[in-house]
Amino acid sequence: MSDILEMLESLKPECDFTNCENYIEEGYLDSFDIVLLTSMLEDKYGIKIDALDILPENYSNVDAIASLVVKSGGTV
Amino acid sequence: MRRNLFDQWEKSIKTSSSKTAVIHNGESVEYDRLYDSVIGTACYLVERYNIEINVPIAVFMSKSINSVTADLAILAAGCPFVNLDVKTPLDRLINSVKTIRPGIIICDTKSSTLIADIDIPKLIIDEVELQNKDVVLLSSRRAHLIDTDPFCIINTSGSTGTPKGVILNHRSFFDFTDWADEVFGFNGQEIIGSLSPLVFDIYVFELCLMMLHQSTMVVLDATLAMFPAKLLQTLQDSKVSYIFWVPSIMVNIANMDLISKIPLPSLELVWFAGEVFPTKQFLYWYDNLPNACFVNMYGPIEITLDCTFHIIKERPDEDEPLPIGIPCENTDILILDDAGNECTAGEEGELCVRGSSLAMGYYNNKEKTDAAFIQNPLNSAYPEYIYKTGDVVVKDQDGIIHFKGRRDSLIKHMGYRIELGEIEHLIIDNLRIVKYCCAVYNYQEKEIVLFYEKETEISAVDFRKELRRVVPVYMIPSKFIRMDELPRNTNGKIDRMLLKEQVNQ
Repeated sequence: MSDILEMLESLKPECDFTNCENYIEEGYLDSFDIVLLTSMLEDKYGIKIDALDILPENYSNVDAIASLVVKSGGTV
Repeated sequence: MRRNLFDQWEKSIKTSSSKTAVIHNGESVEYDRLYDSVIGTACYLVERYNIEINVPIAVFMSKSINSVTADLAILAAGCPFVNLDVKTPLDRLINSVKTIRPGIIICDTKSSTLIADIDIPKLIIDEVELQNKDVVLLSSRRAHLIDTDPFCIINTSGSTGTPKGVILNHRSFFDFTDWADEVFGFNGQEIIGSLSPLVFDIYVFELCLMMLHQSTMVVLDATLAMFPAKLLQTLQDSKVSYIFWVPSIMVNIANMDLISKIPLPSLELVWFAGEVFPTKQFLYWYDNLPNACFVNMYGPIEITLDCTFHIIKERPDEDEPLPIGIPCENTDILILDDAGNECTAGEEGELCVRGSSLAMGYYNNKEKTDAAFIQNPLNSAYPEYIYKTGDVVVKDQDGIIHFKGRRDSLIKHMGYRIELGEIEHLIIDNLRIVKYCCAVYNYQEKEIVLFYEKETEISAVDFRKELRRVVPVYMIPSKFIRMDELPRNTNGKIDRMLLKEQVNQ
């Protein structure tokens, strides 16, 4: 979990990811961030995230992202 | 005779009343209802605020059925609209508003809170009660207009930190849409997948298709662009037949191999413009949509959308960049060398353009207008303006034009036109973070890199925090690189070319 937070913070250091319920609605992440974050997760956890799983509900907060990693075969 | 796009819509509205005009997030509106609320809003504007014709009126809200209504209502009242981005930082917004001085700002309940401090009357579109629908009052106002009166004003980045407002008139849009209709046969059957932000000229063209042909617009929210699978699903569900997008998002879709999973059988016509579409990713689209027609469009907003086009009829090689093609009808391209002489085939020069669709200039900015819209150097007999694009191109033996690069530091990033000089200006003069810096563009990674001169490191966090206050997110550099001293050329100026080469190796 803390690894995922670190990745998020490296993308947008000015955003407070721990105290935000929905990164998408708050506008914390843009389309480039989603692409970058996805490839960072794939590298870190040795997984391939299905393009069809790249959906707002899977990126809305750190728990959702962790579930996405698990769903894609990774261990958080 | 055609002189006003709104009049054209009014003439044809009777035949297509129950047709769907706009679809957005499960909501939709038919043409007769849309027309009704457009007339109501326009009457309210005129009667309540006593606005004269040709006075710009701003629209400040997210793209929606309401924003379409607002733009059309402004046109109905005989005024040009200027759409503003709700994500723009307040300071920058105030700068545009100061230059253009709109008579009113149309907003909604949500966006009105962001501009409470701006001292211009606001019409909150979802709170007003529309009563009067006086069509005659509105058409009598428009009777005074001619086809060179402004249709809209579009803001674009300016190197001094204040955006420039490009003024486009009705005739320009007639000119462009005439060409488009002739070549592609737009007829109202189109279902438009409208992804462009409302501050882009692409969206204005989509509004024209609505007024001239009663095409259907499917409004695609910006968040959909972040999640391409959802975006394509929406295209599929709404049976979108035509898109006019910037390549960035199309590259993402290609890299994710999504069209094979979410097929788009209804998509017939694909236009793209705004930046170079890498051929590898383009081929993905080309191969996965064998029945669609693909068109590479090119042009600065000063010529109203685009001035050249290339229909891709044969599968290009992967390492062959897509040409920008040939001029649109009633538009002429001049490729000029530094001395103002015309280049021959194979010789590189600056693309200059002349045509009926040339912009009127920049609003309240004579200096910038005179610098960009100049006398045609090939004609000394009478006044005739051309626009110098700053783009370096070459024409091949077959008359096909190819894009080579820029003369200056203007870039296209995520579809937005950005003066890198503006970012430098803001950092040095407004925020006063450093004394010297230089922004360059990495074309492979599609990112802005800022080199700055300082003895100690400034963290990316601090840069970003400061910049967020004054520029939209797309203008914030991705990388910040400190140097003890920036490289200078023999004149003592910062050597931009060297830094540009360094990041593009």
